[in-house]
Amino acid sequence: MAKTPKPDELSKIDYAPPQSAWMDTPAELKEGNWCYGAKPKNLETLHFPNPREWRVQDEDWKLPENWQEIILKGMKDLLDKYRSFRVFMDICVRCGACADKCHFFIGSGDPKNMPVLRAELLRSVYRGNFTKAGKILGKLAGARELTYSVLKEWWYYFFQCTECRRCSVFCPYGIDTAEITMMGRELLNLLGLNTDWISGPAANCYMKGNHLGLEPHTIVGNLEYMLDDIETVTGIKITPTFNRKGAEILFVTPSGDLFADPGTYTCMGYLMLFHELGLDYTWSTYASEGGNFGFFTSNELAKRLNSKIYAEAKRLGVKWILGGECGHMWRVLNQYMDTWNGPADFLQVPKSPITGTVFENAKSTKMVHIAEFTADLIKNGKLKLDKSRNDNLKVTFHDSCNTSRGMGIFEEPRYIINNTCNHFYEMDELTTREKTFCCGSGSGLNAGENMEIRMRGGLPRANAVKDVVDKYGVNMVANICAIDRAVLTASLDYWVPGTGVTGVHELVANALIMKGEQPRTTNLRGMPLPGTEGQE
Amino acid sequence: MNAILSLFAVIGLALIAFIGVKVAHLEFLFGTAIPYIALAVFLIGVISRVLKWGRTPVPFRIPTTCGQQQSLPWIKQSKLDNPSTGAGVIGRMFLEVFLFRSLFSNTKFELREGPKLAYSSTRWLWLGGLAFHWTFFVVLIRHLRLFTEPVPGFLHSIEALDGFLQVGIPGVLISGVVLLFAATYLFLRRVFIPSVRYISLAADYFPLFLIMGVALSGILMRYVVRVDIVSVKMLTMGLASLSPVVPEGISAIFYVHLFLVSALFAYIPYSKIMHLGGVFLSPTRNLANNSRMVRHINPWNYPVEVHTYEEYENDFREKMKKAGLPVEKE
Repeated sequence: MAKTPKPDELSKIDYAPPQSAWMDTPAELKEGNWCYGAKPKNLETLHFPNPREWRVQDEDWKLPENWQEIILKGMKDLLDKYRSFRVFMDICVRCGACADKCHFFIGSGDPKNMPVLRAELLRSVYRGNFTKAGKILGKLAGARELTYSVLKEWWYYFFQCTECRRCSVFCPYGIDTAEITMMGRELLNLLGLNTDWISGPAANCYMKGNHLGLEPHTIVGNLEYMLDDIETVTGIKITPTFNRKGAEILFVTPSGDLFADPGTYTCMGYLMLFHELGLDYTWSTYASEGGNFGFFTSNELAKRLNSKIYAEAKRLGVKWILGGECGHMWRVLNQYMDTWNGPADFLQVPKSPITGTVFENAKSTKMVHIAEFTADLIKNGKLKLDKSRNDNLKVTFHDSCNTSRGMGIFEEPRYIINNTCNHFYEMDELTTREKTFCCGSGSGLNAGENMEIRMRGGLPRANAVKDVVDKYGVNMVANICAIDRAVLTASLDYWVPGTGVTGVHELVANALIMKGEQPRTTNLRGMPLPGTEGQE
Repeated sequence: MNAILSLFAVIGLALIAFIGVKVAHLEFLFGTAIPYIALAVFLIGVISRVLKWGRTPVPFRIPTTCGQQQSLPWIKQSKLDNPSTGAGVIGRMFLEVFLFRSLFSNTKFELREGPKLAYSSTRWLWLGGLAFHWTFFVVLIRHLRLFTEPVPGFLHSIEALDGFLQVGIPGVLISGVVLLFAATYLFLRRVFIPSVRYISLAADYFPLFLIMGVALSGILMRYVVRVDIVSVKMLTMGLASLSPVVPEGISAIFYVHLFLVSALFAYIPYSKIMHLGGVFLSPTRNLANNSRMVRHINPWNYPVEVHTYEEYENDFREKMKKAGLPVEKE
């Protein structure tokens, strides 16, 4: 594995483009910037083409002989299926408004990380094969041939895009690089060219129900550890149910929350909140994944993985579904799930059993975001909250890409934070809400072997955090995304050491005054509560 | 290189028309046949391109949401930036198409010592783009006077407005001048901003030079090398009434102008200028974010292979029972 340079080295960034034109500058696949190739067993599990042992650094990627034909046929197929793809291939004017909006460009200076050029990698081949101008005028019309070197360039740069959609906010035509990258990855997958960090979790999710490959008894076991910790902190014994038929609500959250800090604290937050409400809900071990690494692979695989949520809701006979804190999970649930696997006519329009609020905005999908659910509880005065228990925290909020630009959930989490914390500070407004920066490793890039590009991509977000750390002494970055919780922990440790990461429902759980709880002396992390330090 | 090639291409086009008229006396060809052909190519090309886009399905509802979603009644929705209704989408599209709202929110960044990334608003591209497109539009509309008799009143008003400076004889029309300046600005930023130069293709410079050529020849014709406007109007009215005539004595600059315009129109369907149609069809802008409220239908949605609960339970039944989890089959 490549050694990651130190922050002061990495932050010397040269934005001057090379002398040679981009088409004449073949991509150099630098270690630390790519993930290992998909292993054959995972592709086999998923029934994907061309499973074989291969290494990124090898000359030969062991492709089928007619690989060009496969790609071009695939491209034609996608052009006929997606208006977005066809229009985005045709209408870019290369005004450059998107150029400096990408966190990977800001962090690396590599011109092929400018969204416009990332798209041109694909567009050039489109022009050469599917447009009159490109066929006749060739390079003059921005067309080029699909060579082995072009294919490797695609692989390198389509796995250097986190599908965050920030560029599409600024594009005067809304050209969305996420869409381009999704098409690019879909094409690469026709040749078995995925990364193993994506195909592994996807295979796990397909067979075992979640990305981490947690088997049913492990899920129960992991939650039991958390329940013990909750009992230690609150004195309350919680007994959640699993795969229970007849529950009112099915709860689905990313499996990352079941596995590692600080996601587990968020998960404890869910457990405590639901217990306090006496919510009639169940976990599922079959649909134990809210996230969807299929979404980073192909449309079909995304649909295959997503199908479990409705299938399980139907089998268990619940009334509606509640979803935990996750980013791309919510883009999928908001913009894809109902279209793929609906109509969910076996469910009812979600209604909070505590407040009676009907979630009209989810009347078709029947799936509610937990921040919507909790904000409604607080607004209706259903929770007793002691904000001072979070007084040791100076909190800022990181808007996750997908919940921001693929949904628009901005106020709900802020409302919750403001009701659970006394010290909340916003980052630079040009880096929040719809203009938020990616954590740097979304869309399946949060592996270990590509740490250099992850830290580069994480720079803009971390740097905006550093700004509020310096100005206000912020020490905690709240978010509503499981990948953020894993990724920001690493990138803040690299760029802004000493800054913590938390899910919003960890803040809720710490502030929540539960019926029959013992006087709390620590928060969920076992840190002394403000005002109780030094006691005992 | 791309820029120089494009410049020569446009100069070449202008020379073709100039020589064709001056030397070969092909007034009829350049005055009537070519404009008709260009118009036909333009119409057929644009319509078939738009139909091609329009016929391609929109499988998913993927608006880029740039504001607060419709959620709980007490949370204020951002109705323009995250529309959930058709009216909201129309509002969003209107502001996008007529005022370039996304470009208005453009930012730039600077990497300072520290490292410290600093962002700020930048509106030059928005301003230049807006000036370019609006003046182009006004110039285009103004030219309708050559194809109508009597000239409708609103064209007089536009021209009066356009000439509000009231300087020069004939009065300077501000739109043509601004168009030339705006096009020049767009060209210069392409050349002088390194990242923009790096992404620029010949297909980016060529239409700019072509439009500059059109504007320049138009301005020359109006203010410097005067043409006989009565004869020109005879020619254009002939074109409009499908009974083409080519009056004697129209100076060559007119044919250069007309030929460049013809080239531009014929080029549009095969070029990036199609963004004028595409912007209306962009699924990230023209859809409401209501896919949790109303099911969006994908016409090619097809059944996929799934791993069912039954298969899952078969894989894990013993482990599930041991962990106290309910199972369907004992």
